[in-house]
Amino acid sequence: MRMLLTGNQAAAYGARLARPQVIAAYPITPQSPIYEKLSEWDGKGILGARMMRVESEHSAMAACIAASLTGVRTFTATASQGLALMHEMLHYASGMRVPIVMVNVNRSLAAPWSFWSDQTDSLAQRDTGWLQFYVADNQEALDTVIQAYSISETVLLPSMVVLEAFYTSHFSEPVEVPDQEMVDAFLPAFEPEFFLNPQKPATFCQTVTQSQYAEFKLSRQTAMENALEAVEAVNKKFKEHFGRQYHLLNCYHNDDAEIVLVTAGTIGSTARVVIDELRAAGKKVGLVRIRLFRPFPKTALIDSLRHTKKIAVIDRNISPGQEGVFSEELKSVLFSRIQDIPVFSFVLGLGGSNVSPGHIKKVIEITTHMKDAPLNPIANLEDDNAIRIKQQ
Amino acid sequence: MQSELNNSNYIHPGHMACAGCGEVLGIKLVLQAAGKNTIGVVVPSCIGIIIGPFPFATFKIPVFHSAFETAASSAAGISNALLVKEDKETVVIAFAGDGGTTDIGFQSLSGAADRNENIIYCCFDNEAYMNTGIQSSSSTPYRAWTMTTPLGKTLKKKNMLEIMGAHQIPYAASACPCFSDDLRKKISEAKNIKGMKYIHILSPCPTGWRYPENQTPNIGRLAVETNFFPLYEIREGKKYKITYQSKGFPVGDYLLRQRRFEHLTQEDLEMIQNEVNKNWEELKRKHARK
Repeated sequence: MRMLLTGNQAAAYGARLARPQVIAAYPITPQSPIYEKLSEWDGKGILGARMMRVESEHSAMAACIAASLTGVRTFTATASQGLALMHEMLHYASGMRVPIVMVNVNRSLAAPWSFWSDQTDSLAQRDTGWLQFYVADNQEALDTVIQAYSISETVLLPSMVVLEAFYTSHFSEPVEVPDQEMVDAFLPAFEPEFFLNPQKPATFCQTVTQSQYAEFKLSRQTAMENALEAVEAVNKKFKEHFGRQYHLLNCYHNDDAEIVLVTAGTIGSTARVVIDELRAAGKKVGLVRIRLFRPFPKTALIDSLRHTKKIAVIDRNISPGQEGVFSEELKSVLFSRIQDIPVFSFVLGLGGSNVSPGHIKKVIEITTHMKDAPLNPIANLEDDNAIRIKQQ
Repeated sequence: MQSELNNSNYIHPGHMACAGCGEVLGIKLVLQAAGKNTIGVVVPSCIGIIIGPFPFATFKIPVFHSAFETAASSAAGISNALLVKEDKETVVIAFAGDGGTTDIGFQSLSGAADRNENIIYCCFDNEAYMNTGIQSSSSTPYRAWTMTTPLGKTLKKKNMLEIMGAHQIPYAASACPCFSDDLRKKISEAKNIKGMKYIHILSPCPTGWRYPENQTPNIGRLAVETNFFPLYEIREGKKYKITYQSKGFPVGDYLLRQRRFEHLTQEDLEMIQNEVNKNWEELKRKHARK
């Protein structure tokens, strides 16, 4: 059924259609509408899951981990401070290899207080062993939640589906909501091989030796590496069932482009408009929107960027003292295969400040005219003087 | 019932507890009363060590060793999953220490109590962070020596049982492994009550309390007989019942057998005695209340 939904509502529909059995949640702006929608369905008796209205995000994740280890499908949603509070348990979830699916709505982290879009909250969790999907619209939000269960339950790693505060979370778009039967046909029930079971007692998560620890962590790395294949396989299966498909990267006119813009999330949607405009004016520009951040799609990135002359990365996040995380990660991948494409790093849109088509055009303009990429990120497009200094 | 309980044992020999450990005795008794249809949650504490390093296992029931502050939220996650699976038989027990309960796990415990989660939460109180090497917790008694209160603690012990009672949960009780029948009876009772159950179990610790390891049964008994740690129940936050009538020995009989209290002055002893008397009188009043 086609419905007009916000990204939060679309994500909630995706969650409900995936038939989680235990949901543990705690309110936080701008995620709360997901929790509220699920509660509304719970009140009507059509949710089909047990709702735990816990006293913190930390407990939400702890409860999801324990419920998942008891052999049931779980869901939670959070944002910003809530995700930061969960940090300890995020490591725990992937270490226990539980396929939890969580929606995180990107929101700026205090201090100072702010409530708008910023990717630093989820990117700061990059080493916790979760798959991370950055979606650009509401349909993708719904579909990715459903896909994430299939992928996570295949590789036994948790997945984070990332929306953006107020851009995706609160904007309404027409969304195709699939029938329950269609989703059931795509996503079978969760039946883990090992779970807490008095008929078959086992101790979960014991103390290990140094070498055992290394073995556990390296097996998780292998699972992460294998997840790339699982994501593609699930994409393919999803297309067969629903007719829509998503890839590791969302590429647009990148094959013959002299400058490729690399970004993630909603900036990618705005950029498409700019690319169309610049192409019409005869400029060879392209776009690569990174959809899957963990595992990092290294081969796909190298393949999609190897023929370009320059790369501009727009990050709505910053690792203080370094640069934007997508830019940093991209450089590390390119360094091992292609060293002669300069990567221009732009940090824009922090705290939800607008990244307009005009800004993106300026990014392309700066990248066109600047010879060498500065070591530090370009963060102020208005200040030509600052850009010149960085160039020197 | 007694003989049936005595024949069951859900922990393997060769576990990792110190010699003379009161806590592992408590765990054994809890599991005996709970039976084999039990899932346990363990969090960092002495229990986290006792369950054994990979690939050895001390418990004969399934156990999840979760994060420090999540005993209650993890146990609640399991009990909710069991509800979904329509499993009405399996009992979920959280095993936490006093630090994991009265300090770092307090928030998640209060949340679980508020939601009346269907779990039995056992706090094994050895009155300090013993697993990390005897550091003071909010459950360490007044004047007790620890590695972080080298001159004796200047603050009083947090009264966790009363705090849990104030949550108006169906069942809260104190227990001690040195009163084994009383402890097992309380677990059996808790098993048959739906909702949140909290059992605060005093766990004498020769390593941290500084007494000879063969004295654990005496130390635990004296804690109760001096009214330093009375055995009682609170139902729905209101109905109190003293489950063991103590002999009312002077507190010095209990405290001065432990080197953690060897620096106590006469004045300290009198002060502690007054406090214990006051608390005992109040408890008797609550017990008598209809």
